[in-house]
Amino acid sequence: MAKEFSKTFMGYRRENGRVGVRNHVVILPVDDISNAAAEAVGRNVFGTLAIPHSYGRLQFGADLELFFRTIIGTGKNPNVAAVVVIGIEPGWTQKVVDGIAATGKPVEGFSIEGKGDIETIAKASWKAKEFMHWASEIQREECGLEDLWISVKCGESDTTSGLASNPTVGNLMDKLEPLGVPLCFGETSELTGAEQVCAERAATPEVKQKFLDTWNSYNDFILENKTNDLSESQPTKGNIAGGLTTIEEKAFGNFQKIGKNPKFVDVLEPAEEPSKGSGLYFMDTSSAAAECVTLQAAAGFTVHLFPTGQGNIIGNPIEPVIKLTANPKTARTMSEHIDLDVSGILRRDLNLDSAGDQLIDITLRTANGRLTAAEVLGHREFVLTKLYRSA
Amino acid sequence: MNPHFIVHEPKDSVGVVVVDQIGAGEEVSGWVMETDETISMTATEVVPLGHKLALKDISVGETIFKYGQDIGKAVGDIRQGGHVHVQNVKTKRW
Repeated sequence: MAKEFSKTFMGYRRENGRVGVRNHVVILPVDDISNAAAEAVGRNVFGTLAIPHSYGRLQFGADLELFFRTIIGTGKNPNVAAVVVIGIEPGWTQKVVDGIAATGKPVEGFSIEGKGDIETIAKASWKAKEFMHWASEIQREECGLEDLWISVKCGESDTTSGLASNPTVGNLMDKLEPLGVPLCFGETSELTGAEQVCAERAATPEVKQKFLDTWNSYNDFILENKTNDLSESQPTKGNIAGGLTTIEEKAFGNFQKIGKNPKFVDVLEPAEEPSKGSGLYFMDTSSAAAECVTLQAAAGFTVHLFPTGQGNIIGNPIEPVIKLTANPKTARTMSEHIDLDVSGILRRDLNLDSAGDQLIDITLRTANGRLTAAEVLGHREFVLTKLYRSA
Repeated sequence: MNPHFIVHEPKDSVGVVVVDQIGAGEEVSGWVMETDETISMTATEVVPLGHKLALKDISVGETIFKYGQDIGKAVGDIRQGGHVHVQNVKTKRW
């Protein structure tokens, strides 16, 4: 019998109705060469959050579109109260400002050309200070669970992931999806081996076809670029040493994260905002942890669940990343990184139903303001997905 | 009592060892998570932590089920309680 849990949480309701679980004032560089100014403003104004990154120059085509979608989406995320945008030139700076301004939240842009870093930093710091004072008075209010957008992705997986920590996330999904909580999973590559079964979890034939097209496109890319038989790399030698035998077994272990019941209602482009209401979404992402979470945060997800086996330590600047593990050694030797230890499942001290309830509990506490291990330890991995080289 | 191995679904043909190792001839018990049942058998080979144990006799060509799903086929006969891994199971994919 599942435990009763709160159907509300305390969040920050934004101008567009979306709800955040954090209240960041972000200093967002448009490009790599504006990182220095953005970080200087971040140091000037206590409590602001600069998010430096490596790109934003000479990108083109789909790669440039993904870049803007990710940067603008990061600013739009409801965990962000207000944004100061700093770019080298005014054109792309304004494009980012306009994109974020669509949410109605305070945002202002500054460009460096013709002024230099020092004048730009001074002006941007004044605006950041104003935003910080304003944001510091926003109060949390009671919100329904349909306002809590949850993304998932696992990393440094081992056999304990498929056995226990991924099914724990799946148990949470089985309980929260019927309550209208928007959910998102990704990792196109890691689904290889389970893609046909995954396709059957699509809500409609159209979504199923969209998923298969996405997966086939990824698979064609791998087949074009591979240099040998993939049986050497999937599963990896490390996976095999740990007991995983086939690519299917590895993929179904990953697949446990979406539970037994939820059907996905749409397939999202990387960093694409969901537009079909509540329910489970699949996003076409890399399986690299920081890239995947950065894309999910840019699509508007506000809390992330991250099951790990051997101990991936990733965080994100704006989306709290909750770590759970079922590996007793990881829980013991890397305890400062772990928010929830479900290794009791392996000893039969804990069943999936109880583990799922514990995960719901820590997720709601995190939404209410409890800092995650990754936040406390300063993990702010922000990694843009690059589709191909710049011009 | 702590289980020696865990089984996801009643349909599964394998369980995953959750103790450091089980030895040949050892009496072992497993927990079927989905139904909360306990099953017992005699291990016929050494199976290390994280590796799979056959829950029944499996013949060449038979499909192996884990998570209630097809994870590959047997390429050698496997006895109940035996070690199920790359030496006797392959993907059907390549």
